[in-house]
Amino acid sequence: MAVELDVFVGNTTIMDEEVYQLWLDGYTVNDAVKVRMEGGVLDECEASADVLLSDTMDQYRTFQMCERLLHSPAKLANQCSNDFPLLCLSLFRYYAFDDAFVREVLGKKLSKGTKKDLDDISAKTGVTLKSCRRQFDNFKRVFKVVEELKGPLVENIRQHFLLSDKLARDYAAIVFFTNNRFETGKRKLQYLTFQDFAFCAGQLINNWTVGAVDNMVEDMDVDLDKEFLQELKELKILITDKDLLDQHKSLVCTALRGKTKAFNEMEANFKNLSRGLVNIAAKLTNTKDVRDFFIDLVEKFIEPCRSDRWTAADMKLYLTHYTNSAHILDTFKHQVVWDRYMGVIKSCIFKMYHD
Amino acid sequence: MPGKLKAKIVAGRHLPVMDRASDLTDAFVEVKFGNTTFKTDVCHKSLNPQWNSEWFKFEVDDEDLQDEPLQITVLDHDTYSANDAIGKVYIDIDPLLCTEAASVISGWFPIYDTIHGIRGEINVLVKVELFNDLNRFRQSSCGVKFFCTTSIPRCYRAAMVHGFVEELVVNEDPEYQWIDRIRTPRASNEARQRLISLMSGELQRKIGLKVLEMGGNAVVGYLQCFDLEGESGLVVRAIGTACTLDKVSSGSAPNTNTHVHPNTAPASNACNSPSKDGKEPVFGEDLPSSSGPPTPFRALPTSSSSPPPFSPSKPCSRQSSSSDTDLSLTPKTVEPKPVRCRPGIFLCPSSPTLSTDTLSLPGSGSVGCGHGLSSAPRATTPPPPSSIHSDCALLRKSVSFTEDLLLAASGMGSGGSAGKEAGPLKTLLRQHTQTALEQREFPFFTLTSFPPGFLVHVGGVVSARSVKLLDRIHNPDEPETRDAWWEEIRQEIKSHAKALGCHAVVGYSESTSICEEVCILSASGTAAILNPRYMREGCLDIGSTDHRFEDPSPPSCGFCHIPYDELNMPFPAQLTYCYHCRRQKVPDVLFTTIDLPSEAAVTGKGCLIQARLCRLKKKAQGEVNATAISNLLPFMEYELHTQLMNKLKLRNMNALFGLHIQISVGENMLLGLASATGVYLTALPAPGGIQIAGKTPGDLSNEHHILTIQKRINDTIAKNKELYQINPPELTEEGLGSPIPEPRQRSRLFRSHSESSDELSELDLSHGKKDAFVLEIDDTDAVEDIHSLLTDAPPPTGFYSCNTEIMPGIYNWTSGIQMFTSVRVFRLSNANLTNQGLNKIFTDLCENLLKSFYFKLRSMIPCCLCHLNFTVAVPEEELIQVAVTAVAMTFDKDQAQEKPAEKPINKGSSENEEQLQFPLELCADVSSANTQPSSKVSGTVSLLTPAAKLCQNQLVMIHLPGVPESTNVSSRAASVDYGSFADRCSTWLELLRLKAHTIRRGSVKTSRRTQSLAHSVSSLERCSPLPEGRSRSLRSSRSFGGSSVTVVKMTPLSFLPGIRIIKYLGIINMFFIRETTSLREEGGVSGFLHSFIAEVFAMVRAHVAALGGNAVVSYSMKECVLMENPNKNQAQCLINVSGDAVICVRETDQEPTASMTNIGQTCCSANDGAT
Repeated sequence: MAVELDVFVGNTTIMDEEVYQLWLDGYTVNDAVKVRMEGGVLDECEASADVLLSDTMDQYRTFQMCERLLHSPAKLANQCSNDFPLLCLSLFRYYAFDDAFVREVLGKKLSKGTKKDLDDISAKTGVTLKSCRRQFDNFKRVFKVVEELKGPLVENIRQHFLLSDKLARDYAAIVFFTNNRFETGKRKLQYLTFQDFAFCAGQLINNWTVGAVDNMVEDMDVDLDKEFLQELKELKILITDKDLLDQHKSLVCTALRGKTKAFNEMEANFKNLSRGLVNIAAKLTNTKDVRDFFIDLVEKFIEPCRSDRWTAADMKLYLTHYTNSAHILDTFKHQVVWDRYMGVIKSCIFKMYHD
Repeated sequence: MPGKLKAKIVAGRHLPVMDRASDLTDAFVEVKFGNTTFKTDVCHKSLNPQWNSEWFKFEVDDEDLQDEPLQITVLDHDTYSANDAIGKVYIDIDPLLCTEAASVISGWFPIYDTIHGIRGEINVLVKVELFNDLNRFRQSSCGVKFFCTTSIPRCYRAAMVHGFVEELVVNEDPEYQWIDRIRTPRASNEARQRLISLMSGELQRKIGLKVLEMGGNAVVGYLQCFDLEGESGLVVRAIGTACTLDKVSSGSAPNTNTHVHPNTAPASNACNSPSKDGKEPVFGEDLPSSSGPPTPFRALPTSSSSPPPFSPSKPCSRQSSSSDTDLSLTPKTVEPKPVRCRPGIFLCPSSPTLSTDTLSLPGSGSVGCGHGLSSAPRATTPPPPSSIHSDCALLRKSVSFTEDLLLAASGMGSGGSAGKEAGPLKTLLRQHTQTALEQREFPFFTLTSFPPGFLVHVGGVVSARSVKLLDRIHNPDEPETRDAWWEEIRQEIKSHAKALGCHAVVGYSESTSICEEVCILSASGTAAILNPRYMREGCLDIGSTDHRFEDPSPPSCGFCHIPYDELNMPFPAQLTYCYHCRRQKVPDVLFTTIDLPSEAAVTGKGCLIQARLCRLKKKAQGEVNATAISNLLPFMEYELHTQLMNKLKLRNMNALFGLHIQISVGENMLLGLASATGVYLTALPAPGGIQIAGKTPGDLSNEHHILTIQKRINDTIAKNKELYQINPPELTEEGLGSPIPEPRQRSRLFRSHSESSDELSELDLSHGKKDAFVLEIDDTDAVEDIHSLLTDAPPPTGFYSCNTEIMPGIYNWTSGIQMFTSVRVFRLSNANLTNQGLNKIFTDLCENLLKSFYFKLRSMIPCCLCHLNFTVAVPEEELIQVAVTAVAMTFDKDQAQEKPAEKPINKGSSENEEQLQFPLELCADVSSANTQPSSKVSGTVSLLTPAAKLCQNQLVMIHLPGVPESTNVSSRAASVDYGSFADRCSTWLELLRLKAHTIRRGSVKTSRRTQSLAHSVSSLERCSPLPEGRSRSLRSSRSFGGSSVTVVKMTPLSFLPGIRIIKYLGIINMFFIRETTSLREEGGVSGFLHSFIAEVFAMVRAHVAALGGNAVVSYSMKECVLMENPNKNQAQCLINVSGDAVICVRETDQEPTASMTNIGQTCCSANDGAT
């Protein structure tokens, strides 16, 4: 004896947020029923376990049916549906992701190979495999769609997936990282959260990509501006030219003196740090080095400062003066490139300089 | 004769990818009507093609216009191979043929494929230019309006109610044609869909002709059904009530008679003219000329052995009813006055007593088993000798059950006995009415609720069933045999009604249940006496001169008074004087199939009462099988009735409304499900309690057991009293002076006649009331029964349920509605099931289903499930299928108990006049007064549920810092078409995005009371677009184009709370077949059916939106046939839905939108041009 078929269809879909979240989190129907029972819905509504099971299965089926629509949200509007607003709401949830999970795949190729590793990631992050798959597929879907589109990345994502501003930016960051294959998994980078990276991605997208100059090119927000990267080589002069280096150092030191406790360390490390930053700039023409951008930043700059116990304020002070002083150097002609470079570096480092 | 149909194919969107190589589609469209086909150009490589075709013009007969659907096929062009079909759209153009309905069909229709479901959408424009047909012999009936609604549609007034119309067409089922072996499932499904569409059209046209013939212009309570008989064919049949409706338009002249086609106009004028002159004499003149035999009261023999007096000879005026000759067949109410009314059209003489021996009709012999009432109903009456026993190969046994059981409980009292001053006049009136009605072949009305004053008395439920063998139909392709079958049943119903002293049957419906070659035909209704004035032609305007003849009984109880003679009661019943007016007799219990009259006085709230029953039967073939079934039927009816009665008592109620008993046949079992809404009618006596009696006295343990049960029952009754707020005013019985000398016939419901009664006195723990209902426990069955009686859980707090339109006792509906359809199939795996076991399973199935609804809809509390419509079926040997359609409506808890003080009826003049002049009043009510009480409730934000309110405030806060809230409220109205999607999208999106910020994982802890999501959405739906102009929204709208999305509300009720229907656009009657060969991939049967039902909803909404409507009322799912074969990974499902497409506005809005007015104007001008 068994219920062979059990459906409930409303003229407007009834959706239980809690069940939806459980579904998104990859709970099986039975697990979801357990969670709900513990949550005490039953007492509230004088229902039995059967009723709960039936309701949960029904909700899961509804979600599965909606999932198809959620994959191409632009179609949502045209279904002769009374559920449009509901679908929109569920959409945000559907495309939401776990920071822990995204940290794991950030910058990785969204390939079958990575997908195979999802169970490891699932075990590591505590996010269920189903949920991992959904999030992974979301990344991939968004990536595929915006890959071929012209125009600003964030805007494209928002239009095609009807996502919120914030979520669209996050997706843009993911797409950007994936496209440039930035290395984020190294141990030294583990302390950085997804939001740190997302912020940096935003900076890079706004300042270093093709789109920062010309906004009607394909992939404009995804690829770094090649010309700019070439020009960055010119900055080398700051460390290769001994006079320039000394002059820069003295300018910075004069400005900093007495303003920070870490002054001595700053003075001692100036050449090292400056070399680090400029070298990163100079190497960015190599794809390989672009990938290591963040690890380089940490190794060449953040770690030395941290070992010298700079405070965040110290860091801000130092970088500001470091950037500005370069303008005063007479022989340094690459002011524009320098600003474009340092502007991003500065804000990235500010964001990344924490425990 | 002629009409010009024009169609234009504009564009398509979201077509499926048909060419794997390019991931695109080369789509073109074929537009077909009748035998003419046009094609559009191929739109290469696009999933969103823009055809923008020319106007395709079809010049056709209006007959074809009514029968045929416009068929649109979208195909993928293939250079080398055959073109692939993407899907089809059938558009019923009937609404365009009625001048008052829609003037153009324009919108996005889902492209439907029977294998793949919905595949994209197509934008189509359809118009009709109709030239009026003046030929009086025409076969078309354009212009007759159809309504599924079983009451006089709001915004119309009934000038006259003509009566019953029925029609039936038969065709070969394409699924069973030889060609089906070689064609694809898709082709077969499409052939079926098309055929049914055609047949429905034809059926409507023919019914329309009958209506015109009767002088009416509309069919109300139109009920169309399919019988998938299998080999013997496919039957589409329909019944309805012909009316003359006048549109009630606020402002403009209400006289719409001219809208009727010219040739009917003279006729109706002829009918109306006497009344218009205002000099029509009232009854005096009519009486002498009344020709029917005025035998108002018929005594039923009380002994079971005597043959029922009515069954053997029946008036049978329609022997050959091939559907083409039907014009002649509906006898008109012949005006007794010598009015010049189209002579020669009434082929049927007025007298109904033209009796024909049914022998001549093969298969129609009927054995009416009229059971004696007081005796044990089990005693099946032997067929009276007079009944036909000829041995044709046909099974001729038809079981008619009804009168005794149902009536035993129901009904009563003609005022005859109590009639004091008005005595003779009343008799005259009665006789007159009777004659007028008896002159019709079938004085049946499919309506379930009536204008005030229409219903005079209600007798009780009458029903008839008959078992037929489909494989014995001589000429399966012709409708004669089925016509005769139904004829027979209707005659029986009619005679049952007569036995109750009633001349009419209201709330009438018909249904079938088919298993293999056996078919059970059922009909049921409520015997009633109606106010004659609505039946007679031209009676309406004479108005007040008549009212002295009116029954003096007050409207709140009049209908309860027994319609038959107290001395010749058709069955034993206990009569008392009406507890309300104290003047006339009422029965102790009343069962009816109609809705609770709005003027009825009710104590407390009502509730859904269901009786469920399973009976096993041996598998058998042919006649043996049919006999077995017909033998079982009476017992099932009896059991169901007993259950209903017990449950009614248990809830301390005394009347059932909306009673619907369904008996479904399967190969090895019969299922019976009776649903009704129980109420406590103030006019009827308080029910006694239930008393348990043991069989064996002296057995201590047993007695103890009985005591426990008795206590439980008493507790339950007390609890129910509280739950349903039944606190009737205590009356001093003496004051009533009720002459009820005879002791209660307790044996009536005894399970056995063994000893009993002696120990009753000892065990009398009863409820204090003198006449408790006694249940005797003499075997385990009885114990089980009592247990099952107590297992019915009351709905959880905050919920009410009923199967009538609205819940008696709840008057202040708020605007939250949620219509739903739910289907459950249960597989019985246990091979050796007993009746008891089956009953339990079946009961649990229904109870669990209800519990699921309560759980799912918990966010709507306080709410009421209205119009709960259960349909049971036995699709396969071990399967039980239950399908439910209902609507959950929220109400305002605080005022739930008070009836709105000002009743809409009160509009000056004396009480009598009010009743008499209902049509005029009614219209006025509907448009204005009626809306008053509720519009108060539905102020601004108070419409919304708390969660929604919150959300709306949010919206207002966020988006409209400068706009006063009132603006928002008015714009929220029912201008449901949101103009461009962009607007709607942007507003919502803005809000949703804001909301979404908090939804990021972890940031929001999901609460236990969770459905705020759904809530906020429903409120969003109400918030219409806010001023646009935000750059972002404009940008994001680009990708969606300027398409409009309409929110279409659906409800099985005839109204929407807080919303005023301003226009009926026509009937929606759609039939879909869906088939799959990848059942597993689609999520199993549940997934398959879920998406199919959702698709059906979507298609209904699309069609309504294309007609310009924004809601469907009286929606129902007539058929849901699911066949599955999981082993083959296949399933097939058929669904038939119907309803009325309407335009409605919020009651707060005074004027319809501008576009509406335009439609109206075009209508008028089109009409002018045509005439």
